[in-house]
Amino acid sequence: MRNLFSALSGILFGVGLMLSGMTDTDKVRGFLDIFGAWDPTLMFVMGAALIPMALAWLWAEKRSPVLGGNFPARSEPEITRPLVLGSILFGAGWGLAGLCPGPAIASLGFGGTGVWIFGISMLGGMALAPALRVRLDAMAPSS
Amino acid sequence: MHMQMDWIWGLIGGGIIGLAGALFLLVNGRVMGASGIIGGLVDGSGRSNAGERLSFLAGLMGAPIVVVLLSGWQPESNVTGNIAALVVGGLAVGIGTRLANGCTSGHGVCGISRLSTRGIVATLIYMAAGGVAVTLFRTILGVV
Repeated sequence: MRNLFSALSGILFGVGLMLSGMTDTDKVRGFLDIFGAWDPTLMFVMGAALIPMALAWLWAEKRSPVLGGNFPARSEPEITRPLVLGSILFGAGWGLAGLCPGPAIASLGFGGTGVWIFGISMLGGMALAPALRVRLDAMAPSS
Repeated sequence: MHMQMDWIWGLIGGGIIGLAGALFLLVNGRVMGASGIIGGLVDGSGRSNAGERLSFLAGLMGAPIVVVLLSGWQPESNVTGNIAALVVGGLAVGIGTRLANGCTSGHGVCGISRLSTRGIVATLIYMAAGGVAVTLFRTILGVV
């Protein structure tokens, strides 16, 4: 049952990304081009996505997930070094290739070999991340 | 006209993305973050619910293929032919999203809608970094 609803969420996510223009790397770079000819389309994508999601969080407040367990706890509002450095790296890669993790997986089937090269490289980066995090933590005991 | 249609599709697609996140949260009780779902399989931290992760990814990858086959519509992806940019970009996205514990879906859609401080800060940072990268690599250097 969990797998079924998980797949259903994945299907909706994939269709939404594809229809919205998030899988078009030109649109993504156009959106990020804040110092140039800015394309606001993805602002509408984000704005529209936030509405059902915000309602879901509100609904979740005094309830439990339909299939049992607990809703994810709110994270400590702590701005750590990995959060800042990681987000800088992620943004740089997003701007360079025009792909972030969701749209990369969604366009594997229609975006050509370039998406696969990006995707395999991304998996490599994800495999390296835990070791890098250990080093980062060793450098800054506070975070 | 073209631009106006883009906005409408942006709203429709965005609404569907939000529904996907709402469903995953309310039914499975989980945050729909693409980098977390993939990364947990890569580094083994998500082994206990690997089935849930794999089903999500199968739907995410499979649904657009079915849409293309049924509709005959070939969506634009305009992926750069610059292999180095794809390799470096992929590595940066992979490392960065795992260090930051989230990407556009987790920190962006799911985090901001919960008014999470970390989600909002991360989104402002990766968007600013993305803006700098586009200005540098596309406008100034012209490599992508």
